[in-house]
Amino acid sequence: MKLAGLLVMPAGFFLSLAALALFPALTQRAAFVVCGLAVEGLGLAVAVRGHMGARREGEQ
Amino acid sequence: MNPPMPLSDPLFALALALLLLAPLALAGVALVNTGLGRSRSAAQAMLGSLAMVSVAALAFAVAGVALAGGPNDASYTVQLAGKSWNWLGASPLLLGGFGLAGPQQQLAVLFEFLAVAMAALLPWGSGADRWRLPAGCAAAAVTGTLVFPLVAHWTWGGGWLAQLGANFGLGAGFVDGGGAGAAHVLGGVSALALVWIAGPRRGKFPREGLATALPGHNVVYVLFGCLVALVGWLGWNLAGAVIWLHTPLYGLPAVALNTLLAAAGALAATFAVTRIRFGKPDASLCANGWLAGLVTSCACAGIARPWEAIMVGLVAGAGTPLLVELMELALSIDDPSGAIAVHAAGGLWGLLAAGFLAPQAGQLVAQLVGIAALLGVALPLVYLLFWLLDKAIPFRVDPDGERIGMDLHELGGGAYPDFVIHRDESYK
Repeated sequence: MKLAGLLVMPAGFFLSLAALALFPALTQRAAFVVCGLAVEGLGLAVAVRGHMGARREGEQ
Repeated sequence: MNPPMPLSDPLFALALALLLLAPLALAGVALVNTGLGRSRSAAQAMLGSLAMVSVAALAFAVAGVALAGGPNDASYTVQLAGKSWNWLGASPLLLGGFGLAGPQQQLAVLFEFLAVAMAALLPWGSGADRWRLPAGCAAAAVTGTLVFPLVAHWTWGGGWLAQLGANFGLGAGFVDGGGAGAAHVLGGVSALALVWIAGPRRGKFPREGLATALPGHNVVYVLFGCLVALVGWLGWNLAGAVIWLHTPLYGLPAVALNTLLAAAGALAATFAVTRIRFGKPDASLCANGWLAGLVTSCACAGIARPWEAIMVGLVAGAGTPLLVELMELALSIDDPSGAIAVHAAGGLWGLLAAGFLAPQAGQLVAQLVGIAALLGVALPLVYLLFWLLDKAIPFRVDPDGERIGMDLHELGGGAYPDFVIHRDESYK
């Protein structure tokens, strides 16, 4: 699960790159970059959850 | 950011002198890391700090500096969507051509050497009391050879982040005058990757109940380290302002003032938050708050006005103790030095604040793209490299070594041979 979360994070980065290449207007770019950051945040959250889950399993 | 101008001799001499002060930031962080660790690992912590700096500098000299490159050097560039995307430097290996470079470029390389040392040093504090010295050196070599040069090229070497302004009209491009991203966020996310791979210290998270408090062994080291770090940070931010932001001489006092005010605001906020949360101010968390203020100043000291620097510091200082507590109690992350909260989160906040404070249109978007690159590329890349490294050179010391302490286990002698080291209750 941690690895899955870490794999999602580059997807958010590529979304931000796509915003630069696809949208000429600043507002659209900003919105898309924020979406990319949100995807990275989701990936980080999944990775943290995976870390917590792995630690709990290790205890049992 | 001012347009680049050739450095005059006095400005070159000043920037060089400031860069010679900057290693005090490394010394301060090393003292803080050592003080926040345990007494039975203090010598290993301090020797490790020297080793991290040395290995990272050597690795950067051998190969890293070639990949980091400079704005006018050869590079690997891709044409995409009608724009030029500069991904990686292609300068000569082994510092070839350094003597022929102009004064600006020579100062830039020296600055990058200090930044790579900081990026390699930060995870060492997070791995205190369990990270083996050979594994730490290997990780520093990876940071100095591959990871830092990539980020440094994007930020300072004329890479695609630096070109966001010219290519896409986003302000002045990604701005990071003091290394908040390339040194601190990178070091902080490396610390997170390390903590995930090495795991917590024995006894930190018992099977039942809350996390065990494992307080640092010498809070005087920690607080003195903060004062030493201030001197280093002043040199660091002022030199960065001259080299990367092209700040003129008359603009430098404001940069120094902003650095001090950001740290002071952060300390005041952490003092208040810990006083409210625990009834008394917490010395080690206050030290973390102070450092977080310094880290945020790396990004915005050259841009902000003094009252803005105070506000940025206040937010950093208020958030740091809460984040440290959240990571320890809720997220099961054992980070003895607090590098993740202080350097990663503080650096990200500073970069974001610089976007809000900069006068140019589109600067905030440029900063957001830079943050997306640091989080979306650096963290997964560092985790992957460290995970592979852990298979070759195990990061974590064996349980017996952790029980007797890293000093005896790795160095054969303690930092305080005249002291009777108390028995640790967590090993019952």
